[in-house]
Amino acid sequence: MLRMTLMAAVLAAPAVAQELRAPDQITGANDAARSAALFTEMGKVLQHPRCLNCHPVTGGPTQGDDMHPHNPPIVRGEADFGAAGLNCNSCHGTENIPYLTRTGSIPGHDPWQLAPVSMGWQGRSLAEICAQIKDPARNGGKDLAAILDHHARDGLVGWGWAPGEGRTPAPGSQQLFGELTRAWIDTGAVCPAG
Amino acid sequence: MTTLTINGAERTLDVDPDTPLLWVLRDELRLTGTKFGCGVAQCGACTVMLNGMPRRACVTPIRTLAGADVTTIEGMSGREYDAVQAAWRALDVPQCGWCQSGQVMSATMLLQQLPAPTDQQIDEAMAGNICRCATYHRIRTAIHDAARTLEG
Ligand code: FES
Ligand code: FES
Repeated sequence: MLRMTLMAAVLAAPAVAQELRAPDQITGANDAARSAALFTEMGKVLQHPRCLNCHPVTGGPTQGDDMHPHNPPIVRGEADFGAAGLNCNSCHGTENIPYLTRTGSIPGHDPWQLAPVSMGWQGRSLAEICAQIKDPARNGGKDLAAILDHHARDGLVGWGWAPGEGRTPAPGSQQLFGELTRAWIDTGAVCPAG
Repeated sequence: MTTLTINGAERTLDVDPDTPLLWVLRDELRLTGTKFGCGVAQCGACTVMLNGMPRRACVTPIRTLAGADVTTIEGMSGREYDAVQAAWRALDVPQCGWCQSGQVMSATMLLQQLPAPTDQQIDEAMAGNICRCATYHRIRTAIHDAARTLEG
């Protein structure tokens, strides 16, 4: 059942799915250029709808590969957890749950909530996202080691590659994303221009 | 086998672990106050309280509920719930009634979290509960009325 679900998800993957290259495939004229190129590769994940949908800048979450507004309409709420009376956990549990009455699934993970406003990425350039990610005032007080840990091991980040039936996974794997992040940090954690 | 508490009574259920709580409530336990509307977390008709917070029973497999505390409309009590029930009755909020046990769950949680909600806060809280009969205006009025009785 799980294998069929995964196969269906892979087969159903639309054009937005892209390959994620490994760090050794990414070159640059010098460390700084390579570092920026590594972050640009990481951007395939950071700007994928699976990640962006819960990193809104204003308002509530979006859904789908076309990032349409969440239905039912959901506001962020004070705790990044939906409105009073309609918190995220009204519908989202601790794991993806396949629907029984039609194809698809409702996504879930423990925890399940929006990224804070300071980590809102929708509509932002990769350079702006990079600056946000590196800024402890906006990234939840994380240094580079904590960012690596977050990218490589955080469960909700990892959900992006196991999003349940009916959703395109983020490109590559969390392990590869972690390796790219490590290489980006090792080369100076340089942000791309623009 | 899953053991959980439903309306204060411990229940051990021998059903397929993937069976949604909604199926168990209605088909096994005959607690039919909780309704089926869509099965995909889009309408809110199946809302129950899970460990004190609203939860769509149609997307909640029984295997995830070991040790959980579930309250359906048949087992609801408490200050906010009583105020909501009284306001609902006074205004004759339901039309066909199908969506209403879900509406009452969300309204009760809203008043527990926000004792005096504005129109906008009510709309945001109730956005996940669809009413085919469009009783939305009466729902909003009833929530304001319930909030006023809680003040006093
Ligand atoms: S039946 Fe569960 S939300 Fe519609
Ligand atoms: S009263 Fe009929 S669906 Fe709400």
